[in-house]
Amino acid sequence: MNSIIFTAAARLLVSLLFVFSLFMLLRGHHLPGGGFIGGLIGAVAFIVYSLACGPAEARKALRITPETIAMLGLGLALLAGMFSFFLGDPLFTGQWYWVGGDSYETSAFSLNTVLVFDIGVYLVVLGGILSLTYAFEEET
Amino acid sequence: MAEHSDPNAPWKTPSGIGTSVVTAALFVFFLQYLPVVAAGEPVRWVIPWIPSLDINLTFWIDGLSLMFALLITGIGAMVMLYAAKYLAGHPQYDRFALYLFSFMLSMLGLVLADNLIALFVFWELTTFTSYLLIGFTHTDPKSRRNALQALLLTAAGGLALLAGFILIGITQGTFEMSELNAAGSIAGQPFYLGILILVLLGAFTKSAQVPFHFWLPNAMAAPTPVSAYLHSATMVKGGVYLLARMHPSLSGSDVWVWVLTIFGAVTAVFASFMALRQTDLKQTLAYTTLMALGTLIMFLAGSTGYAITAAMTFLLVHSLYKAGLFLMIGVVDHATHTRDANLLGGLRSAMPVTAMAAAAAGLAMAGIPPFLGFIAKEVAYAGALEMRLWLFVVPMALVAFALMFAVAGIVAYKPFFGPQGKLPHEPHEGPWPMLLGPVTLGVLGLLFGLMPGLTAYFLIEPAVAAVMGAPDTGGRVKLWAGFNLPLLLSLITFALGFVLYRVHLDLRARLARIEARAPDLDAGWDVFLDRFMALAKGQTRLIQTGVLRQYMFTTFAVFAVTVFITLLARDVGGLTLGFGGLSFMEWGVAALIVAGTVLVLLTSSRIVALVGLGVVGIGVALIFIMYSAPDVAITQLLVELLVVVLLALAFLKMPNLDPSGAQSHSFANAVLAGAVGVLTTVVVLLVVDQPFDRRLSDFFEAASWTEAFGRNIVNVILVDFRTLDTFGEIAVVLIAALGAFALLKGAARARVGKEDRE
Repeated sequence: MNSIIFTAAARLLVSLLFVFSLFMLLRGHHLPGGGFIGGLIGAVAFIVYSLACGPAEARKALRITPETIAMLGLGLALLAGMFSFFLGDPLFTGQWYWVGGDSYETSAFSLNTVLVFDIGVYLVVLGGILSLTYAFEEET
Repeated sequence: MAEHSDPNAPWKTPSGIGTSVVTAALFVFFLQYLPVVAAGEPVRWVIPWIPSLDINLTFWIDGLSLMFALLITGIGAMVMLYAAKYLAGHPQYDRFALYLFSFMLSMLGLVLADNLIALFVFWELTTFTSYLLIGFTHTDPKSRRNALQALLLTAAGGLALLAGFILIGITQGTFEMSELNAAGSIAGQPFYLGILILVLLGAFTKSAQVPFHFWLPNAMAAPTPVSAYLHSATMVKGGVYLLARMHPSLSGSDVWVWVLTIFGAVTAVFASFMALRQTDLKQTLAYTTLMALGTLIMFLAGSTGYAITAAMTFLLVHSLYKAGLFLMIGVVDHATHTRDANLLGGLRSAMPVTAMAAAAAGLAMAGIPPFLGFIAKEVAYAGALEMRLWLFVVPMALVAFALMFAVAGIVAYKPFFGPQGKLPHEPHEGPWPMLLGPVTLGVLGLLFGLMPGLTAYFLIEPAVAAVMGAPDTGGRVKLWAGFNLPLLLSLITFALGFVLYRVHLDLRARLARIEARAPDLDAGWDVFLDRFMALAKGQTRLIQTGVLRQYMFTTFAVFAVTVFITLLARDVGGLTLGFGGLSFMEWGVAALIVAGTVLVLLTSSRIVALVGLGVVGIGVALIFIMYSAPDVAITQLLVELLVVVLLALAFLKMPNLDPSGAQSHSFANAVLAGAVGVLTTVVVLLVVDQPFDRRLSDFFEAASWTEAFGRNIVNVILVDFRTLDTFGEIAVVLIAALGAFALLKGAARARVGKEDRE
């Protein structure tokens, strides 16, 4: 698409959308959002970029191929699930570690496998959709 | 097949030495259980696996499993050492060592498992690993074909076995064989016959009983160490082991006696004639393995002490001499580059150690005193005389043992002590890693025979007790049992065997003529497989037309018909349609959706149709927002957006719609679409009519904060309560994306290739 306005706007829009997608991912546990929605928004960001500047440019911006991103995501989700397995709980049991306390109320923040799993979902959705879209765009 | 390399080569194959040492350590580990088990105290380990289904990794060591475990690890260690030399320098040697070691472990699991389901898993593992071993020379199409034949036949039997095991589990209420055996015979119970047939199918295919025998000689395509291992103590003995293991619960009926006796006897006699007919010594040994398996099955038909003692003694002696002979053939092949019985002869002076080992194994096989083979034969005759069908069993056993005597002469005597043969290569003695196995096994055959009391106390009697399900009285395994009928039968065997050996060349020619006229099951297998493939291909062509529109039509038609029939059959009452109470906004969204649908139907442009569909999707998203489901609404909106982008990209490359509309606007499509729409509406209305069950909602509302520390219930369900579902879904997303990616890239590449050719 060779519209100067779109190309110029896209650069700005992409960063905004991408940051927004991370925002949606992180707030997902308490407010509308989460890995799936975040991944979709992230995909939209990079699709906008590829429509404005071409898939080759968009791939360069991603640095890793979308297929790899998706596979890493699935691996990350599995690792998050297996973590509890090694602790003796059934597979995919959420594990929580409270930093600076022993419950949600007393701690400063928490480290948990649930968020890691959600990041895995985010990466799979992002990578899966982008690998499809880019392949479509590049198909000659 | 055999390759020559420098004498220190085995030390350059650490994988071979490593696996061999580990296996030998396992052998020593199992040795320590000999006194405990001989004292009548089986050892059990339980590892819970799926306790809710009564499926556990239960292992037990009793007389039977201990004898097998010792044979598997003992012979395994020697074979691995042997293979390290035999295949030294092979580019894929490490892979071979891995296969062999995995096979050893699977076999060990098979004989130690107490739980039927665990046993089945190990059973199938031996099938797969032996497939890899038989087809190890994968560049040879014949080798691949034979490996596949073994895999398909034994795996098919394995499936029957699984069905039998499940039937046992359902009818008996336990999968533990120790409990089944303790409960005694299940003969006479309602499902006994079905269970027996299914289990026998599994055992007979694995242990290659006629008419499933043909895969076993073909499996000789494997490298010689594999044959030595698979066909002496392990793979093919799996079926024998299973029948021995389940003897207390499955025997005790006429069917058991008749079926096992007849199949075993026919296999034994048929195989011993076939063994005489072969000229390739490895093939000869393959058929003698069949003979041994038939004999073992035949004796397992009996339930008397002598019959079971015969089976266990013969099992032990056969494992020893057969592994020794196979390994010996490999050494001879290695040294002379031939395995042809007509060419080999007079190797004694060039290969003295091999000759001694071969002689020991051959004497055990022929059943000459004081080797253990002699005792096995004596007990076998005593057992045969006690069997219910003794009039049939005794002559069959006599013929089989006499032929065995002759074959022992052909395999172990003639190549070494016979007249000088025409050898394609100057013979030399084998290297020590290849001699260790045959010599040890030969010596053991002699030692066990010289010390029958110890052998019986530590190995045979505990095994017999395990098979009988009761302590063994013992005292049957003796080198000298006095002047009796078995001794007379033994003498007749020697005389008959000697005559057969003298005339074996003439007999072989006659047998070859008979074989040429007999039906060839092996060729029949190929025909069967070809027809089966043709059937699959035809069926695939019928269903998979490759036209997406037909697939969708079929899918929706099946949906419409099944829903319609269900609605008719369930006789649902009247529907209530209430339009009252709808707000202006709701009417507006509904109108939007309808307008979008009409647009899709009327336009002849794909892009416009796509926009229409987008309008419908956004209307649905608005409904989600109105009913406060923000997560679902956001997802719906984003997905709609992406679908429009993706389809627009796809449509750019597609031709325009046919302006006449003949294809897409056909009458049948309209009817089907209308039917699906109406039926879906009816179903939704019926669902809404039901009172809403709040149990799940209440649970998630209550638990999402207290148990999962999250306030967004949708997200908590996705990433905590139902994580496994979500994991499955993202796996599907990934697979679908990769599949579509491969299709697109593949199509592009195919087109580029085509243009290049043009």
